[in-house]
Amino acid sequence: MLPKLFFGYFAAMITILSLLAITRKNLVHGIMWMLLLFVHIGGLYLFLNAEFIAAIQIIVYAGAILVLFLFVVLLLNVKEEFKGRRFISSWQGRGFVAAALLLGIMLVLQYAVIAPHGKYSIEYIQSETHTKVLGTVLFNEYVFPFMILALVLFVPMIAAVVLAVKGRKA
Amino acid sequence: MNPVPLTWYLMLGAVVFIIGVFGFLIRRNIIMMFMSIELMLNGVNISLLALSHYMQDMRGQVLVFFVIACAGAGVAVGLALVIAAFRNKPTPHMDEMDILKG
Amino acid sequence: MDFVMTLAIIAIKITVVFGIVLFHVAYATYFERKIIGRMQARYGPMEVGPHGLLQPVADMIKLFFKEDIIPASADRPLFYIAPAIVVISAMTALSVLPFFDGFVIADINIGLLFLLVITSLSVYGIVIAGWSSNSKYSFLGGLRSAAQLISYEIAMGLSLVGVMLMAGSLNLSDIVRAQHQHPLGMFAFPQFLGFFVFVVAAFAETNRAPFDLPEAESELVAGYFTEYSGFRFAFFFLGEYVAMLTMSAVAALCFLGGWTIPMFMTNAMPFLSYVPGIIWFLVKVYAFMFFYYWIRATLPRYRYDQLMAIGWKVLMPLAFVNVLITAFVKRWL
Repeated sequence: MLPKLFFGYFAAMITILSLLAITRKNLVHGIMWMLLLFVHIGGLYLFLNAEFIAAIQIIVYAGAILVLFLFVVLLLNVKEEFKGRRFISSWQGRGFVAAALLLGIMLVLQYAVIAPHGKYSIEYIQSETHTKVLGTVLFNEYVFPFMILALVLFVPMIAAVVLAVKGRKA
Repeated sequence: MNPVPLTWYLMLGAVVFIIGVFGFLIRRNIIMMFMSIELMLNGVNISLLALSHYMQDMRGQVLVFFVIACAGAGVAVGLALVIAAFRNKPTPHMDEMDILKG
Repeated sequence: MDFVMTLAIIAIKITVVFGIVLFHVAYATYFERKIIGRMQARYGPMEVGPHGLLQPVADMIKLFFKEDIIPASADRPLFYIAPAIVVISAMTALSVLPFFDGFVIADINIGLLFLLVITSLSVYGIVIAGWSSNSKYSFLGGLRSAAQLISYEIAMGLSLVGVMLMAGSLNLSDIVRAQHQHPLGMFAFPQFLGFFVFVVAAFAETNRAPFDLPEAESELVAGYFTEYSGFRFAFFFLGEYVAMLTMSAVAALCFLGGWTIPMFMTNAMPFLSYVPGIIWFLVKVYAFMFFYYWIRATLPRYRYDQLMAIGWKVLMPLAFVNVLITAFVKRWL
């Protein structure tokens, strides 16, 4: 009963917060609701026994990506002027399309069948810490994608500096 | 084993994804569209982690790790592009960036 | 019944830690003024109570009764939330610190990572405080301070990775026990580069001298908390001193041995092993706080571009080199 209550709280809050985040006129308020949303998603990950991913979610998403958003909004003084209204004029039709998509996905999900279980049972993950198990899988089976990820993070770093620095003709 | 059924998690992931799609479709402010993209990625992450938990396999969590890192890289480049575009026309509304229109 | 028992024990631990930390924060301000005063060849506060010992009480009463002024065009919800974010994130960090063997409110397996989480979240309090005050000085101070914080977070995290490599765990209690097993007793000796990077990053993370340009009076009035008065200002102050105490505690736990003393000392002087662990922990934390005050009294302030240059161009490469050398030594030696 208690786990279902916890999940119900997280699910309700995540839905409400995401709706609030995308419908605010003031961008900084939207970013603040999104911060709360990411902390709740991190909590949901904790509920799924993935403590390292929860910490990474909050450090990277809430602590780095959203700070980036906040800095861009504050430094460029991005404001929602009143000439362009908050939503596009045809938002009802688009909302209907999104709702139809949601209905379609939910109908398909009823027929989901779980594949046979792997070998990383929850007791095993809890006996050796989640960090260690994730590290074992990541560095033994997925080393090559990890190296490519390093490149994926390095090139955008250079690209961001090249694009954003003033005085270049790039 | 978690008493919460798996389909609840998958539906939550789908809801967050669709709210991201909805936000992307109705807002015309560039920053809000970016935030909706982040919402979509988070919806996918929720589904991946739930499946990894119920299938007792670590590959879902490794993929979540990669998705979080790539999302960070994407946001960095995207916001740098926004800053560069702002130099030409300092408006956040996508509808006003129509110089290349036929 | 078992569940209620665990909850009651946690509630008692929280009350004890909360009370003791608040008491320490109050007297940290008093000792800062006394020690800096003595270093400047003057007495510190001497009026209120014997040798000025009741000065923190007088300060709290004054701040409590001050008028609460809010700028007319400030963004009200965010203006109210910003001090709350600062204080809440500072206090939450205390829940994973083991003060002595067995006394930790939340013994989680990712204790060190949790501290990095809290540091990342505390940036928001400052940026929102600066922006919601709707005044030039606050805004600039807030942005500068936030940029400084996120730059030094990286160097701090990397220096802690070195500690994690040596201890093999992210759990803070395990890190202290690993230091006890190590022949040199403290990780500050093999990880001297990491310790240096951590100390400098800790000074920058708590906005303390010589990195306190965001709150320097002569440059930016008072930085991001210019428009805050009365009890809200007290919240920011509280958050800053709790962050200082947390950083001192983390340095004591990760680099200086926590509640243990090196085994070579216990072998040389056997009477030392009868001293309870909390005393050693407090000695190390107080020594680090004294170091904070000493540096504030001695060094001049860095300019903002010098500050950012140090964070990115000096500390981060040093921390990287430290991690590389530690990993190399651990793997092949």
